[in-house]
Amino acid sequence: MADLKCNTAGIISPNPFWLASAPPTNTGDQIMRAFDAGWGGAVWKTLGEPIVNVWSRYGSVDINGVKMMGLNNIELITDRPLDVNLKEIYEVKKRYPNHAVIVSLMVESKREAWHEIVKKAEDAGGDGLELNFGCPHGMSERGMGGAVGQVPEYIEQITGWVKEVATVPVLVKLTPNIADIRYAARAAKAGGGDGVSLINTINSIIGLDLDTLAPNPPVNGLGSHGGFCGPAVKPIALNMVSQIGTDPETLGLPISGIGGVSTWRDAAEFIALGSSSVQVCTAVMHYGFRIIEDLVDGLSNYLDEKGMTMDELRGASLPKIRDWKELDLNYKVNARIDQEKCIGCGLCYTACEDGAHQAIFSRRREDGRTFVEVKPDACVGCNLCSLVCPVDGCIDMVEIPTGFDPCSWEQYQSGEGKLAPRPAGH
Amino acid sequence: MSDQPSALATNFADYKPLMDRNAALVEANRCLNCFDAPCIRACPTAIDIPGFIKKIATDNLKGSARKILEANILGASCARVCPTQELCEGACVLHDLHEEPIQIGRLQRYATDRVVLEKKPLFAAAPKNGKRVALVGAGPASLGCAAELAQLGYETVCFEKQAQPGGLNTYGIADYKMDYATALAEIEWVQQMGVEIRCNTEVGKDVSVESLMNDFDAVFLGIGLDGVGPLGIPGEDLDGVRDCLEFIAELKVRPKEEVSLVGKTVVVLGGGNTAIDATTQSARLGAERVYMAYRRDAAAMGAYKHEQELAKKDGAVFVYNAQPVGIEGANGKVTGVKFVKTAVVNGRLEYVDGSEYVLDCDVVLRATGQGKLTGLIAMFDGVETDSKGRVKSAEDGQTTNPKIWTGGDCVSGGKEVVNAVAEGKRAAQSIHAKLGAN
Ligand SMILES: Cc1cc2nc3c(=O)[nH]c(=O)nc-3n(C[C@H](O)[C@H](O)[C@H](O)COP(=O)(O)OP(=O)(O)OC[C@H]3O[C@@H](n4cnc5c(N)ncnc54)[C@H](O)[C@@H]3O)c2cc1C
Ligand SMILES: Cc1cc2nc3c(=O)[nH]c(=O)nc-3n(C[C@H](O)[C@H](O)[C@H](O)COP(=O)(O)O)c2cc1C
Ligand code: SF4
Ligand code: SF4
Ligand code: SF4
Repeated sequence: MADLKCNTAGIISPNPFWLASAPPTNTGDQIMRAFDAGWGGAVWKTLGEPIVNVWSRYGSVDINGVKMMGLNNIELITDRPLDVNLKEIYEVKKRYPNHAVIVSLMVESKREAWHEIVKKAEDAGGDGLELNFGCPHGMSERGMGGAVGQVPEYIEQITGWVKEVATVPVLVKLTPNIADIRYAARAAKAGGGDGVSLINTINSIIGLDLDTLAPNPPVNGLGSHGGFCGPAVKPIALNMVSQIGTDPETLGLPISGIGGVSTWRDAAEFIALGSSSVQVCTAVMHYGFRIIEDLVDGLSNYLDEKGMTMDELRGASLPKIRDWKELDLNYKVNARIDQEKCIGCGLCYTACEDGAHQAIFSRRREDGRTFVEVKPDACVGCNLCSLVCPVDGCIDMVEIPTGFDPCSWEQYQSGEGKLAPRPAGH
Repeated sequence: MSDQPSALATNFADYKPLMDRNAALVEANRCLNCFDAPCIRACPTAIDIPGFIKKIATDNLKGSARKILEANILGASCARVCPTQELCEGACVLHDLHEEPIQIGRLQRYATDRVVLEKKPLFAAAPKNGKRVALVGAGPASLGCAAELAQLGYETVCFEKQAQPGGLNTYGIADYKMDYATALAEIEWVQQMGVEIRCNTEVGKDVSVESLMNDFDAVFLGIGLDGVGPLGIPGEDLDGVRDCLEFIAELKVRPKEEVSLVGKTVVVLGGGNTAIDATTQSARLGAERVYMAYRRDAAAMGAYKHEQELAKKDGAVFVYNAQPVGIEGANGKVTGVKFVKTAVVNGRLEYVDGSEYVLDCDVVLRATGQGKLTGLIAMFDGVETDSKGRVKSAEDGQTTNPKIWTGGDCVSGGKEVVNAVAEGKRAAQSIHAKLGAN
């Protein structure tokens, strides 16, 4: 079994799987049950001035009958008294010294307020701090959370205040509700942050109730924008994580990856894009702490099969992420249908005919079944048919040697390279 | 009185129960939405199956029901009673993936029940065009024809000899697929389109064929078939020997306790789907033993395989190569059926000498094939039949009398509800093509 031990900006945990700061980390009792189940760390539900929540808080996007592909919430930070949380943090750390307890914090943008809460969190025994500059709803109306995270100067300033007193590592949790995540990450680094966690939730209206025409979740007939998370947000999170990992200014800045992690595969992707640990919220809200068993087992089997260590996997994909202008325009692929596997659903035909390049033809065979075949001269190799085909391995995208040397847009523009011929009209 | 269904009634619970929304969404989304979908071609009424299924996936149930019902006015019945394994579901491409086919029948029920059983109007009768069509019988064929004609502006009157309309869909189909009340509720919905039905009115007796021919611009024969007649063996007049259709009709209209077979032994004679229905329903009425006796071997049995499995699951014992030669009785009541074993010799079914045996029983149900309504057909001048007594008709349903159209079991010799509806509809379109122009 692979060694999954993990160091995130100096925070050590037995494995890279942390519970994100959210309802699963509301109480010490939950976190202890999670640690018993196998979680490596937990980011405590954000502490701050006591708040009051609305009752109806969550809404979801169900796709094609599958529940909670995306979740949104209009919940605020912890609604439990500060001293109760601090006492529980102390208890948890006493009983689980080897697990990581990170304390998430959010207070008004005053230096003394931050100094005070940082000291309390450290006194309680937190292994690290996470500054919540992300929450996009409610708290942002009060000048906190996302209101801070959207202004790099504020991020830098408040991170600086925290670092004035903090003795444990400080992670800055970033909001995705900005144009370019790199500015926020650079600011976190400039303020002295030891690492970043991302993404927090995406500003959203999850949907409307078409009977009442009020947004979901409804609060006495009204609603508000909330924070979107869950499997649907993963691609956005992956991109943002990779941007920080490839930005020369933040190269090597420790990252705790968050956003839509449900399986070990998701986690492996975050790690390959440079994350040290990953955090999970929605998947636990959906299925409970027990999902940790397969997260750990799956990642460990994967590393064993690849013969890789965690350190080797971390960031391994970053060199393969490039600007478009560097991609090879002479790398040619074509769709090929395995007639043995084809069930004749005709989806590839419809997709290519209406949605791509009219490169598949279809006819009804004598036995009434649909027969489809690719017209190689028309196929631009866009992959669409292979994406819609319901049969595993039925449409392969095969490489077609062009006899031309690789040529990128940059090379083509500078006259260095030659383009292989392309289907007419392309 | 308790609201709990009785034990026997529970045995007749829905064979294809209504799906709840989430189950329907998951199933609807499993459908691939095929191009030139083979399931559509396997449906005699050519319902746009992927089309209605995708509407379920978007919660557009009204649109989904419309798509189904505009192709097949008895779509709610067909959702329950169609042998989907043999039709649409049998053609689903998912078989090739070694997956379960889409449950088209159950999705169809999910989409149509709300409209049909709650009697929400969906199609309106067109303004009257002054033409009148008489329909003989109010079974699926006539209903399919009348509903289409009503939407085209015809005045339609169905003459039905039974107390209630619907033909075998009301009185014949196994009760765990379609119950009496549901069948009638659907017909009330169809009637909203302006289809008139006169029950307890037998054509040839209560109303003359002549008056139909004179008072209407066209006539549609949707008379179906006759009952299952005697086999011509001794003892058939004994108490307890019955036409299985009579038995099925009775169990559908009366409380199950009143027709209970608890403690009884039943012998069903026949090897088709009707025999299966008589068998399964006898078992569900509590019969201690049910034999389904067929004169040929298992391979020759005409009943669908899935129906045979159902009967076996219900505990029926299949007796093959059993030719009934007499019914035995005491005190006027049946006590058993005497059989002789059969064998195929040189391609012909022969009796095995000295192989007689008796199966003791209390009830014998004849399910050896329905007769033809030869006498009734003969009353319609110029309407010819084929050698098997089936009404001859062109592809579009017109008979050899140009004023008379037909469809359904009286033409096919006995198929499914969906075929009858399709043929009725096709005849309506032909009638309209011939009469509608002026
Ligand atoms: C036991 C049994 C089970 C079946 N199960 C299924 C099943 O599960 N699924 C399926 O799809 N199909 C099933 N069928 C077949 C299906 O019921 C028939 O194919 C269908 O009902 C045929 O419709 P039809 O309108 O042609 O005839 P019918 O349904 O027979 O209707 C004919 C109507 O005409 C009336 N009529 C006859 N003579 C006169 C007259 N002189 N005057 C007035 N009215 C008259 C009759 O009373 C009857 O109402 C089953 C049939 C049987 C016998
Ligand atoms: C109900 C709910 C409450 C949350 N509360 C907090 C919070 O108090 N502090 C915080 O930093 N993030 C909070 N989050 C965001 C999560 O920590 C996490 O960043 C986000 O849900 C993305 O991860 P996921 O896709 O695994 O859910 C909350 C999320 C949810 C769903
Ligand atoms: S790869 Fe694109 S262009 Fe080629 S056949 Fe498939 S859908 Fe058409
Ligand atoms: S999508 Fe796949 S299975 Fe369907 S017709 Fe095309 S190649 Fe065949
Ligand atoms: S064949 Fe099956 S998968 Fe394809 S459209 Fe019909 S029901 Fe859907």
